[in-house]
Amino acid sequence: MDLFEYQARDLFEKHGVPVLPGIVATTPAEARAAAEKLGGVTVVKAQVKVGGRGKAGGVKVAKNPDDAQAAAEAILGMDIKGHTVHRVMIAAGAAIAEEFYFSLLLDRAERRYLAMCSVEGGMDIEQLAVERPDALARVAVDPLVGIDEAKAAEIVAAAGFSDELAGPVGDVLQKLWVVYRDEDATLVEVNPLVRTEDGSIIALDGKVTIDENAGFRQPEHEALEDKEAADPLEAKAKALDLNYVKLDGSVGIIGNGAGLVMSTLDVVAYAGEGFGGQKPANFLDIGGGASAAVMANGLDVILNDPQVKSVFVNVFGGITSCIEVANGIVGALETLGDEASKPLVVRLDGNAVEEGREILAAANHPLVTIVDTMDGAAAKAAELAAAAA
Amino acid sequence: MAIFLTKDSKVIVQGMTGSEGMKHTTRMLASGTDIVGGVNPRKAGEQVEFAERTVPVYGTVADAVAATGADVSVVFVPPAFTKAAVIEAVDAGMPLVVIITEGVPVKDTAEFFAYAQSKGTRLIGPNCPGLITPGESNVGITPANITGPGRIGLVSKSGTLTYQMMFELRDLGFSTCVGIGGDPVIGTTHIDCLEAFENDPDTAAIVMIGEIGGDAEERAAAYIKDNVTKPVVGYVAGFEAPEGKTMGHAGAIVSGSLGTAQAKKEALEAAGVRVGKTPSETARLMREILTANA
Repeated sequence: MDLFEYQARDLFEKHGVPVLPGIVATTPAEARAAAEKLGGVTVVKAQVKVGGRGKAGGVKVAKNPDDAQAAAEAILGMDIKGHTVHRVMIAAGAAIAEEFYFSLLLDRAERRYLAMCSVEGGMDIEQLAVERPDALARVAVDPLVGIDEAKAAEIVAAAGFSDELAGPVGDVLQKLWVVYRDEDATLVEVNPLVRTEDGSIIALDGKVTIDENAGFRQPEHEALEDKEAADPLEAKAKALDLNYVKLDGSVGIIGNGAGLVMSTLDVVAYAGEGFGGQKPANFLDIGGGASAAVMANGLDVILNDPQVKSVFVNVFGGITSCIEVANGIVGALETLGDEASKPLVVRLDGNAVEEGREILAAANHPLVTIVDTMDGAAAKAAELAAAAA
Repeated sequence: MAIFLTKDSKVIVQGMTGSEGMKHTTRMLASGTDIVGGVNPRKAGEQVEFAERTVPVYGTVADAVAATGADVSVVFVPPAFTKAAVIEAVDAGMPLVVIITEGVPVKDTAEFFAYAQSKGTRLIGPNCPGLITPGESNVGITPANITGPGRIGLVSKSGTLTYQMMFELRDLGFSTCVGIGGDPVIGTTHIDCLEAFENDPDTAAIVMIGEIGGDAEERAAAYIKDNVTKPVVGYVAGFEAPEGKTMGHAGAIVSGSLGTAQAKKEALEAAGVRVGKTPSETARLMREILTANA
């Protein structure tokens, strides 16, 4: 889960990383009050989980509370690359002397951590990495050791910090490592890390991604979730403990196993090319060993999506029994009664496939079509969606 | 001969006495796996009855190894305890540890992977179905009755796509099928499996299944180009996955232009790998290769 800048700032502060005071506001009046409280020059910053907000006009300097209110009025509600701004952070202004870059992230390929650091910060780091790769130091970090004093010294030396700055910057890097480790982060990025004119090193803007798998030992992370951003169907699915992602197409998808469901989306889009470009309406993985109840919950979510014109249930019974899947479909259709008005194409294979198909055949529901192969079923579902459109 | 797992592999189950552990130990025994022990510190000394045999429970992995000579451990313990379980197995000198558990924090995986690597233990997973050498041994949760022994090697990030591919090619059979898992950090990679299949005289051709996220498939493509002489057929899932959304596998997330299914497909094709558009088409490509070589 990606965090907002203000949430990253709070985590930094919690672990002793030097940050500037900042106050979150959701209205212009709150922004004004925040600027009054902070005093002096402030910066009003859109809180969105996407880069490039500065260029989009989402960051404005305010000389006084009037300015801050006006800036918040302009920024709140703004659309930045498809993200609506619901909050701004009013941050204290800083007299910046120099800008640097630092990030610590998971290096999937090397299966350890990677620290990246540059004495040139504030700019688009991806551009720097491409145009002048030598200016961006990359230092491997052993997960069992982390950024200790020696590693911090290695990173700042590789990045080319002056002797004078090596110590204070290294101290901040060690604290950022604590954020990474103790918060179960997979990314901690500071851009820019700055030296102010009075010589302090400050994390001016931060990005943090936290690992949701660590939720069991990070009870405070649940509160960081951005509930208002979730699609209503996604929220409903989450409440039912379903692994669901809303997409834009017309063919509802239910399958078991993340890989098979991703593959099902592709196969439907591929088959859909022959039927006016029908696309998948969602990703829904009912998981291994899915029960009839889980199947019924999944169908309930998908049939409530007004964009869905047909549904493709694609199950390979490994651990999951096709009997459970078939019973789930039949049970869900019974429960939904007349509310279920969309055609279902079902493809079952694997564990107890014959029994599963027999259950469906015996129920003989007018909305259900059984197709033997995945490609054939995808084509049928796309055809039905096109016919209903 | 197969890779990583043979009929001679002696397997212990960490977390055998839990509900998942019991269910899958029953299935593994039924498919012929030589399970020689379970591990649970609170149930040391107990005996668990299964249809095929009685399996003793040991208090530690070290005790189990000392008593049985086990050389494979399969881990079914919950995420909060997985790291400790893997480190215990590594410390007991286990050569191969297969971690089925889903939902392990990536920090824990990074730590136990670094530890295992320093001690020379191979890890498979986490969040994977395990591996099967059909007709010989089955470690994990792969259904054993889909297909039998043959000459195709299979490596996949996804469990159900593994099963689907085994099913599509069930008449031809497989040397070994390895589900490496879909997490951001995994113990055994596509490349590790490609290398092992290349060196395995029982494997004639390889199916490689990938999905969006990371650059493992691109790296595998480069490896194939330089090192693999056996025919490889590929499949990549996730063309329709939107940017920035996680689809079940924690690793299956596209950020920016890297890691897209299209980029992976192109990299594989540039390395001479034939890539199918659907699992069925991929199976047809493999069938053509084996038929032409027969």
